[in-house]
Amino acid sequence: MGLAVSGARILADALRAPETALRLDAAGWTALIAMARAEQLAGTLAHRLEGLAVPGAAACILADARASAAQGQTAALWEAEMARRALAPLEMPVVLLKGTAFAAAGLSAGMGRSIGDLDILVPRGRIGEAEAALIAAGWEWVKPDPYDDLYYRRWMHELPPLIHRERDRMIDVHHTILPLTARITPDAEALIADSVVLADGLRVLSPPDMICHAAAHLFADGDLAGGLRNLWDIHCLIGESGTQGLEARAAHHGLSAAVARAGRLSHALFGSAVPQAWRRTAGADALYLRRMLARDGWGRATRRLTRMGFYIRSHAIRMPPAMLARHLWTKWRKGHVPG
Amino acid sequence: MRHATALRIGPVGFRLGSDWPGPVAAIDDLYAGYPQPLDGIPDFTVRLFAARPWRRWLRPSVHIGGDYVLPDAAPLPLALGLIAAEMGMNLQMALGQRRYLLLHASAVERDGRALLMTGISGAGKSTLAALLMARGWRLMGDEFALVDPETGLVHAFPRLISLKNEAIPVMEAALPGARFGPRLEGTPKGTIRHLVPDAGSLAAMDAPAVPALILFPRYGFATETREVLPSETFLWLTQASTNYVALAERGFDALTRLVTQVPARALDYPDTDSAIAEVERLWASL
Repeated sequence: MGLAVSGARILADALRAPETALRLDAAGWTALIAMARAEQLAGTLAHRLEGLAVPGAAACILADARASAAQGQTAALWEAEMARRALAPLEMPVVLLKGTAFAAAGLSAGMGRSIGDLDILVPRGRIGEAEAALIAAGWEWVKPDPYDDLYYRRWMHELPPLIHRERDRMIDVHHTILPLTARITPDAEALIADSVVLADGLRVLSPPDMICHAAAHLFADGDLAGGLRNLWDIHCLIGESGTQGLEARAAHHGLSAAVARAGRLSHALFGSAVPQAWRRTAGADALYLRRMLARDGWGRATRRLTRMGFYIRSHAIRMPPAMLARHLWTKWRKGHVPG
Repeated sequence: MRHATALRIGPVGFRLGSDWPGPVAAIDDLYAGYPQPLDGIPDFTVRLFAARPWRRWLRPSVHIGGDYVLPDAAPLPLALGLIAAEMGMNLQMALGQRRYLLLHASAVERDGRALLMTGISGAGKSTLAALLMARGWRLMGDEFALVDPETGLVHAFPRLISLKNEAIPVMEAALPGARFGPRLEGTPKGTIRHLVPDAGSLAAMDAPAVPALILFPRYGFATETREVLPSETFLWLTQASTNYVALAERGFDALTRLVTQVPARALDYPDTDSAIAEVERLWASL
């Protein structure tokens, strides 16, 4: 834990225990707001601090952030409705994922959360039908590059991203929750089979699967960019649905390590109510915390080496070495620069 | 960051950090009379930084960052650090402002009532606003007018007036005693020189005004004034607003109220003297 002091700690503290923010001076508030914006957590922070006697200028900024998040959620839910209408004739289960799912299901993880693209999960065998229906309804390809397109279709857990030509919003259509090249292969059929249907016919993952997905997304995919927000999602999900049956479900998906780490870090930063075994950090947890809090009072990314390490790791866990070398070589020839 | 300052322009507080002393010194110099952010907590952070450590000294190039950023924004040479700081602040407003409906318009005030001027780049909204300030109007802003959705009032955002190319000698002649920034050649918009708003405009920056007239000036045509219907004004102003969509229903209501309550005119003009005469005539006839 010694490694993880300072950085965005004041942000994590303010989310965990909002009254800690009341001790901040003007410079502290300025840093807190800059960090929250940089971590896409401004709306979440604003909801946590609602009703507290914060300084007037901060109150205005936080009220703006709440209004902005509310509008973002309205737009995100409308986008989900557009996808629902486009896919309804196919009569296939359509599972909302991540931010849109939290908002649609009215979960605390959705409170003030910024929502980017629309992420949905459909049965793998029917993804071609879903793609055709979306294209017929006005979505178009984003990536014109044939290598990228082929790469997505052969190796990824989702279609190449589509963007709607009129609303300018992206949709990611998943058939599972981790790339096919990763060593871990979650049970996508079980994710869909156990999903929960909402009033409008759209679905969300079952509570334990939501946590498994969030943990997979955080630790078994990506380079931890946006990690603090994802960990806050996990904290909220645990707080609302508990951890009953979570370990067994994680084991079923091959995600035991990721879910345990999520539980430990969520407890360490936010004090989540997790099983006893997860109440102490272990292994490389300190390094993960160091990466998650790598943000200074100007909202700048800090700890360059740690970030680079996680960037390299994100590729190493995504595909086998020879394939990675081939992929990076192709991307480099096309002029892609990492970082 | 190594070098930093803070200031408030109308209701909006900014913090500016920079890897170099130059941009901060230029801002501190030209914004000397401006107040500090309310409660010491700025609304927005702007960062001017070198993409690589050695680029601080070696061919220094200024990247613009902050709370809200555009991907792929081109860096500027250090000699244009002042422009970078101004662009950084404008960017925060354009992308991050959610309290006020933001109109890309200049605004001047007289007797508590505001005249808004909007149009494409080169239409002369900055120049006309500066000339009206020289004639005793209060300058509320040359770039953004802030419409409060709750009250319908216009709030001032009197940043430095950004004079471009031919407008520079016009204003140097009209306001020989005014404070000007350095002459900046080779910017993305040609030559730029900043003009500091006069003392009266700065002293009154916290006073909002009732919008009274919307003008769409157009430079380079024979003098002609045409009424613009609310429906057309609405469409033009949605184009002139960077946050109309983001404000959703509040934006729609604020804009609807503005265009239904405030008359609008298109004003073609061949030279600034004709334009000013026509503006004064229209204003007197309200």
